[in-house]
Amino acid sequence: MSKNSFKVLRPGINTTFQDLGRDNLYHVGLPFSGAIDKRNFLIANSLITNREDDAVLEFAYQGPLLEFSGSQTSIVITGNVNFKIIKKDTSEIKGECYKTYNLNNKDCLDIISTEKSVYGYLSVKGGFQINKFCNSYSTTVRAEVGPNDGKKIEIGQTIILNTVDSSIKKSLEYLNSKIEFIRVIKGTNFDYFSEDSIKDFTSKDFIVSKLTDRMGMRLSGPKIKNLKNTNIKSEGLGKGVIQVPADGDPIVMLSDHGTIGGYPKIAVVISADYDKLAQCPPGEKIKFKIINLTEAENLYKIYTMETKNIINKIR
Amino acid sequence: MIKNIYNLGDAALYCDFGNTVNKETNQKVINYFNDIRKKNITGIKNIAPSYNKLIIYFDLELTNYKKVKDTIENLDISTFEAAKTKIVKIPVCFDDEFALDLERVEKKVGLRKKEIVNQLISQKYFCYMTGFIAGMPFLGDIKEKIRLDRLETPRVKVPKGSVGITEQFCNIYTFESPGGWNIIGNSPKKVFTKDPTKLTLIDPGDEIEFFEISKKEYSKFNEQK
Repeated sequence: MSKNSFKVLRPGINTTFQDLGRDNLYHVGLPFSGAIDKRNFLIANSLITNREDDAVLEFAYQGPLLEFSGSQTSIVITGNVNFKIIKKDTSEIKGECYKTYNLNNKDCLDIISTEKSVYGYLSVKGGFQINKFCNSYSTTVRAEVGPNDGKKIEIGQTIILNTVDSSIKKSLEYLNSKIEFIRVIKGTNFDYFSEDSIKDFTSKDFIVSKLTDRMGMRLSGPKIKNLKNTNIKSEGLGKGVIQVPADGDPIVMLSDHGTIGGYPKIAVVISADYDKLAQCPPGEKIKFKIINLTEAENLYKIYTMETKNIINKIR
Repeated sequence: MIKNIYNLGDAALYCDFGNTVNKETNQKVINYFNDIRKKNITGIKNIAPSYNKLIIYFDLELTNYKKVKDTIENLDISTFEAAKTKIVKIPVCFDDEFALDLERVEKKVGLRKKEIVNQLISQKYFCYMTGFIAGMPFLGDIKEKIRLDRLETPRVKVPKGSVGITEQFCNIYTFESPGGWNIIGNSPKKVFTKDPTKLTLIDPGDEIEFFEISKKEYSKFNEQK
């Protein structure tokens, strides 16, 4: 029996294997990577009854077009995604996120686009036949590490699935909500910036620019004025750190960020709001609000509890 | 030895070892880094050492800032073992094809190519840290005679293997990457190996020596970058 597989008829813009990320390698220059939107990643694996840390395919903006070969497999898509299933007889099924589907031989899965968001997730029952690199299925394209030789999914390639006999039928009522503010904690160079700029930073709109990918998100808006020094001695960075280079436009570090940087850190996005920020597409307006560490820690507890509650609602 | 500890966001500790960038301060950072790694402290997920800072990331589901800070502040530093370091020899070709910023460097430091190369290869370097891109070593200190600022406008793509200088430091671009250092040569040596048992050829604390190779030797170098 041949193995279940997907033939990639269209790769999408930035489709990669991801899991919960890779720990303990910052010191060699490898960031965490991993699924950007952790909640939607976890929901995808729960819906398809995979292990929590199984690999998924993450896509951005336009997703892949995949032709399934094999006996049968179950899939689910999470996020805010427009997709359809084209059956072998050319009939089409409009896809709904957070609902599992069974694919049969020669069915096509067309992940057309993410809507008002950036990232979506495809989880397949049993997962993909790929290898871990340093304990993780995450792909870091810039360092060429992870499954698929550290590369994005490419046209014409075959993705082998772990063949499991199952026909999953699960669904979840869930809507990705927006939040009014992206909450941040003051950064280690907060006092480098002018009072007026701090006021702007916490009251005015910033717009997500097109210079945004898995490494970072450039914002445009009021220029943030630095009074002290536009460079610091290069030091470690992390997910959600907001640096302000000399041009005054903030850059938020995302999951594939460079591990060392030399621009002052004005603020850091709280862990609870990271998914929501990273899901903001170019053109979207965002507002920052400064909170303290205790508030951020409590909000993270609420975030993890909410995630658990959502997953418990799967039927 | 740590001067101050702050929180960086809600899931990281920012340990400041003071303002000066020198080997002595950096060695303290590296000692702490090695020691914390060995101790397997609950919830610590990642540690990023740099010249004079150490950033410790933790899992907010398992621990929090206060707990990790207490642990780090109470580390028994008397048991620190000096990290094992090694000497690494790196071949570099300074052919004009690779020395993208040679003209600029010549002009800025007032020396000719041969002298610049001699200045660079005539001493050993200390690896302060690795990162930015996977495996990239930050080495120092280069001779004062060949120090200069970074490029006014960074390159969008610095070729893989490029050897660059800026201020008191030199580096090797382990991958094609954006960057603003002055490029004067290229090494065919694979510095980031992708071998999980030994990912990097050069680690913080190591000593590095550059030696010059010809273009012919470069092209015959039997290692795929």
